[in-house]
Amino acid sequence: MSIRLDKPFQELTPENIDKLQAQLGVYQIAEPDGTISYIGYAGGRSLFGLNGDLKKELENRNGQPALFRHEVNMQYMSRHEELLMLHVADFGELPERNRRERNHKLGRLRPAG
Amino acid sequence: MDYQMTDEQRIIIDMVRKFVREEIVPLEDKLDPDAGEIDPEDHARLVEMTKNMGLYGLGIPPEFGGPEIDVTTMTLMAFEMAQHRAGLYNPCYSVFGGAGLAQLYEATDAQKEKYLYPVLRGEKGAFFGLTEPSGGSDPARAIQTRAVKDGSDWVLNGAKIFISGADRADFGILFARTDAEKGRGGITCFLIDTDMPGFNVRRVVHTLRSARYATEISIEDLRVPEENVLGEVNKGFAIANDRLSRQRIPYAAGCVGVAMKAQEMAIEYCKIRETFGAPLATRQSIQWMIVDNEIDIRTARHICLEAAQKADRGESFRTEAAMAKLLGSEAGGRVVDRAMQIHGGYGMTKDLPLERWYREMRIRRIGEGPSEVQRLVMARDLIGGSFH
Ligand SMILES: Cc1cc2nc3c(=O)[nH]c(=O)nc-3n(C[C@H](O)[C@H](O)[C@H](O)COP(=O)(O)OP(=O)(O)OC[C@H]3O[C@@H](n4cnc5c(N)ncnc54)[C@H](O)[C@@H]3O)c2cc1C
Repeated sequence: MSIRLDKPFQELTPENIDKLQAQLGVYQIAEPDGTISYIGYAGGRSLFGLNGDLKKELENRNGQPALFRHEVNMQYMSRHEELLMLHVADFGELPERNRRERNHKLGRLRPAG
Repeated sequence: MDYQMTDEQRIIIDMVRKFVREEIVPLEDKLDPDAGEIDPEDHARLVEMTKNMGLYGLGIPPEFGGPEIDVTTMTLMAFEMAQHRAGLYNPCYSVFGGAGLAQLYEATDAQKEKYLYPVLRGEKGAFFGLTEPSGGSDPARAIQTRAVKDGSDWVLNGAKIFISGADRADFGILFARTDAEKGRGGITCFLIDTDMPGFNVRRVVHTLRSARYATEISIEDLRVPEENVLGEVNKGFAIANDRLSRQRIPYAAGCVGVAMKAQEMAIEYCKIRETFGAPLATRQSIQWMIVDNEIDIRTARHICLEAAQKADRGESFRTEAAMAKLLGSEAGGRVVDRAMQIHGGYGMTKDLPLERWYREMRIRRIGEGPSEVQRLVMARDLIGGSFH
């Protein structure tokens, strides 16, 4: 089982988001070239789970195109931390927006292979 | 007979209860229901408050700067400190400070300087690395991580699993086999810096506890200097066992605290929720759930305090601590489960803390020695002899 979120990106469009239900989970937002710019989670306080949170992401883009991929996951908290650590392991630093928002210590992960 | 608090204990407990309800619980209203941490600014502010209360550094021996508080009072406090959403695994978000790993108080002066004091100052975090893929209940036989002497160093190879917080820790206590011929007499405890080459956290182990996750560690040709042996070579098992016994009382008290809060919620709710024209509180099946909860809570509370009082008197408390751990975790699970039943659908939601307690309480029957191991410990003490 891959611990990375490696399914293909989709375009962040209302149609694609509407295919998602209000489930809890994690997601990644990427620029059109595939550079991940944010790793987020739809947690227990989100009104409509992944569907609602990704709609907010779309609104915040103000028409700028973006990609996304997601994973339904009730353990969204530990999965989110894992994805952040994996990103640092792979790219040396957090995605730009996570760097700005984060105010807690992040762990270190060195996955095998 | 219920435990009669002294006037001083009553003052402390009232202060802690007020602190939890007025400072901790309101912060959680804004956090994700699975959050494991509060904002660092809030943390710093609350630490100042606990320092002003004279209660910071709970569990740290007074000679190392901790407050003069006996085990019984700490147990009474632990009942209160757990009474919030994250309370089972992060009581009051650690704003009462932490004692760190108890074994470090027995370390050499140089080890204390490098590891213990930075922990007490809140500068370093540590992990406890005992469990391996081959098993955790019986570490004396299960440990396969090997340490081989090479010059003045030890070279370690192996793997650990379910290790909480290893990814964020600066160092950890790690148990390895130094003599393959001897079972429990062949295990040594090492102090490992997490930036030592050969130490790698390979993955997050996702469990029911999403906030404070466990990790899997690989140890490949990890070179550890001789001065990082904690205690004596081949005497590490006693260190592991000692920690497990000591930990059982606060561990059990946390379960009881959560159960007390769940019961409070269940009582409040059954009085206001009406079905078939009358409050739930008037139904015998609900009343019996409340009564069964109370029996569970009082029994577990009583044993926790008995263990704590024996510890304060300097008597052996191993049987009582094992009983408290067993009763606290099992009774706590039953109480939370009944409280959820009384809350109906709302009990299943993330709107209430019951759902998180239910998941995390389940782990309490496994972590820090599963129920079966607690029974084994008690049986050894009661029947005598050591079953190998
Ligand atoms: C969330 C989480 C965090 C953890 N954090 C840490 C940590 O920080 N550090 C660390 O070292 N470990 C940690 N652990 C590991 C934990 O201590 C072990 O899971 C536990 O000791 C049980 O070991 P095991 O999982 O290998 O089960 P096993 O030892 O394989 O046992 C399996 C089952 O068999 C039962 N059993 C075993 N022997 C007997 C017997 N003689 N008779 C009857 N039944 C028996 C056990 O009680 C258990 O129910 C953590 C575990 C979890 C789930």
